[in-house]
Amino acid sequence: MTARWWWLPGAVSLTLILLLVTAPIGALFVQAPKFTFAALLNDSYLRHVLWFSFYQAGLSTLLSLALAIPLARALSRRRFPGRTLLLKLFGLSLVLPVILAVFGIVAVHGRQGWVNQLLIALGFEPISYLYGLNGILLAHVFFNMPLAARILLQSLEAIPDASWRLASQLGFRSRHLFRWLEWPAMRTALPALASLIFMLCFTSFATVMALGGGPSSTTLEVAIYQALRFDFDLPLAGVLALLQLVLCCSFLLLQYLLSRPVQSSTSEARQLDRPDRHHPATRLTDTLVLLLCLSLFLPPLLAIVVAGINPQLWPALTSAELWQATFSSLKIALGAGLLCVLFTLGLLTSSRYLRLHLKRSGVAALLESLGSVILVLPAVVLSTGLFILLRGVADVFTLGTVLVLLVNALMALPYALRTLQLPMEQVARQHDRLCASLGITGLARLRRVEWPLLRKPIALALALAMMLSVGDLSAIALFGSQHLQTLPWLLYQQLGSYQMTQAAATALVLLVLSLGLFMLTERILGGKHARTR
Amino acid sequence: MKKSIFTFALPLLLSAQAMAANPTLTVYTYGSFASDWGPGPAIKKTFEAECECQLEFVALDDGVSILNRLRLEGDATQADIVLGLDNNLLQAAKETGLLAEHKVSLDGLQLPSGWDDRVFVPFDYGYFAFIYDADKLATPPASFAELLERDDLSLLYQDPRTSTPGLGLLLWVQQLYGERAPEVWQNLAKRTVSVTKGWSESYGMFLKGEADMVLSYTTSPAYHIEAEQKTQYKAAGFSEGHYLQVEVAAKLKTSKQAALADRFLQFMVGPGFQQHIATGNWMYPVIDTPLPAGFADLVQPASSLSFSAQEVDEHRHAWVRQWLNSVTR
Repeated sequence: MTARWWWLPGAVSLTLILLLVTAPIGALFVQAPKFTFAALLNDSYLRHVLWFSFYQAGLSTLLSLALAIPLARALSRRRFPGRTLLLKLFGLSLVLPVILAVFGIVAVHGRQGWVNQLLIALGFEPISYLYGLNGILLAHVFFNMPLAARILLQSLEAIPDASWRLASQLGFRSRHLFRWLEWPAMRTALPALASLIFMLCFTSFATVMALGGGPSSTTLEVAIYQALRFDFDLPLAGVLALLQLVLCCSFLLLQYLLSRPVQSSTSEARQLDRPDRHHPATRLTDTLVLLLCLSLFLPPLLAIVVAGINPQLWPALTSAELWQATFSSLKIALGAGLLCVLFTLGLLTSSRYLRLHLKRSGVAALLESLGSVILVLPAVVLSTGLFILLRGVADVFTLGTVLVLLVNALMALPYALRTLQLPMEQVARQHDRLCASLGITGLARLRRVEWPLLRKPIALALALAMMLSVGDLSAIALFGSQHLQTLPWLLYQQLGSYQMTQAAATALVLLVLSLGLFMLTERILGGKHARTR
Repeated sequence: MKKSIFTFALPLLLSAQAMAANPTLTVYTYGSFASDWGPGPAIKKTFEAECECQLEFVALDDGVSILNRLRLEGDATQADIVLGLDNNLLQAAKETGLLAEHKVSLDGLQLPSGWDDRVFVPFDYGYFAFIYDADKLATPPASFAELLERDDLSLLYQDPRTSTPGLGLLLWVQQLYGERAPEVWQNLAKRTVSVTKGWSESYGMFLKGEADMVLSYTTSPAYHIEAEQKTQYKAAGFSEGHYLQVEVAAKLKTSKQAALADRFLQFMVGPGFQQHIATGNWMYPVIDTPLPAGFADLVQPASSLSFSAQEVDEHRHAWVRQWLNSVTR
């Protein structure tokens, strides 16, 4: 990179990102004064929405953690066939499209799901427990319990061997081990974990939309969407969006303050001989815990796969609507992924120059965190702002594709930044001097130095961004229409109208597309040796 | 030389094609009208045969969404006709300032309470009622009051913010109970399985056995009798009367196909369109046209209830808010 133009890519990327983010916020501010906060608090429906958002997020967090702690303990004690696969599946639950998982949950817990079919077979009455708070909690536990379990397991495996040996010498029983070894280790990770899960549940959109079942189970984000799409009440939407913004900022700040670095385990496949491993009581509790957690986690995943193998699916698979939606999803995903990677590369090129050559790491860090601004601004809020902003300028429904693309690109930025930051810095650190002394600059440097070394991380970032875009529901919710259909939106509508066969077909295509895109991009772009951990 | 011939000929060819192409009439309507099992496809075929044009249906969630979409798009709307608003939305729709007066003659229309609006043309009507499965529910409630007392009955209905049947239920409750509406809503909320965005979702759920009763029309059983030969679905007749819905269509001021739009509205009150209403939309047609046999056994309302368009417009927002507050208590 020529020294003179180091700031250009970063400046361009940052300007575009900030413009894309602040213009809609500005539009929201303009709308807001017509609806004061006092009116908000006086309205009992809105108070209920606010209360419910906090309530379901708090309950989900408690449940997820309450299940994750014994699960992490059980996993650290036991080794069984399929354990590694299970941990990999746990990682999958974060990147799986939310609406796809909701489909799996409906297929298992719905009125005609597996649970009810089992009950009918046993001679009982079917029970309807899915829609409303129960469904939302089920879905949140499905997503967050594995996440929490993985992080807690990491903390547990970071406990040094010497501590275990000492504990075994002192004759510690299971509860002593928990009190003196495990709890202190998990305690450091818990606050940040709890606030992360709380924020994820507070801002969850697709789950509440699909499983809410009515006005009494509405959260703030869904209320924003409804204010816009149902009532066309712009001032209300603006005020709610600003409220959401403020709340998310505080959660993020809280998380930042609470997070402590989690030590990585020294060796992963180490056979840990904990003193309580062979005790029959712990064997029993571990088995029970594992059964309980797996019965919450595995069936929906299985349902997605099994529903896809149904031979009655073939006619549904040939529907033109489905393939149109697939094509749109692909178009948007490709565009969003490329745009995201371009933004990331621009930001990181400038930030690494700042960090390495000008020694201004503070400014560099600021640049990078500004790229993650979407974490503070939920997609629904951003879409609302863009909608209000562009309503007077152009027909938002025809612009829909472009807008969804832009929002998806922004949503994937934090992940892309995290993926590419370290590799890019390392490449610069190792090769800057060599390039300077050999006079390799500009395009030649890109071709010979940057590309071969950064191929893998760029491929990974692109694959991640595409996968996130394919599975996203929040951006498309406002702009979706007859002319703009994506796979998640189609699946959501089919779930809502109980067309389960069509929904299964859509779910299958969505699953194949997400995973396929991911593997394909990694393999082709990343080169022969591209693999993820 | 050859290249320059092509560069001139091609645009001429394309523009000739464009001139020869049929004009397109864009109609905003609700989902079930335009779907494969609704009257949309048959009407499209009949109209396109006689008009030398293309009829394009844009399907939106349900009736109220059509109004919202118009408000969203404003003058830039691509619609030529909106079809599927109802008598409760007349005032609100007129206030958008986007609708033009029609040129259709309203003589010969048969509606329970007559029709003389200059902007809206009615194309069908019906009465809201709760539908139940007679095989599963032997003793349906005979009045709204009885429905409120029967704790064992689970219900499905639609969101009044998006769906005209949902709005119809809101107004029905308001007409019957007035000041006591919040209590009624709290009573119903205890037994409500789900409040859906549109009619198709809730009806689909009802058919899958998710609830005992669903809010629909007195004419819904006719579909099951005629098309599926199933007679177990029946409407519960309430002694207090049923709320009337008249569905209407109107022309947009900003339409680029004004003459074609007028023609469509005229076609709408003629037999070519109305013959598909009874067997496609499963509602009562507005002209005197033979009805299928299944319509003979339908519940006839004891009395027809409705508010005036002005009353609805004044209070709709407040009543919806009241509903929201009551069901979230």
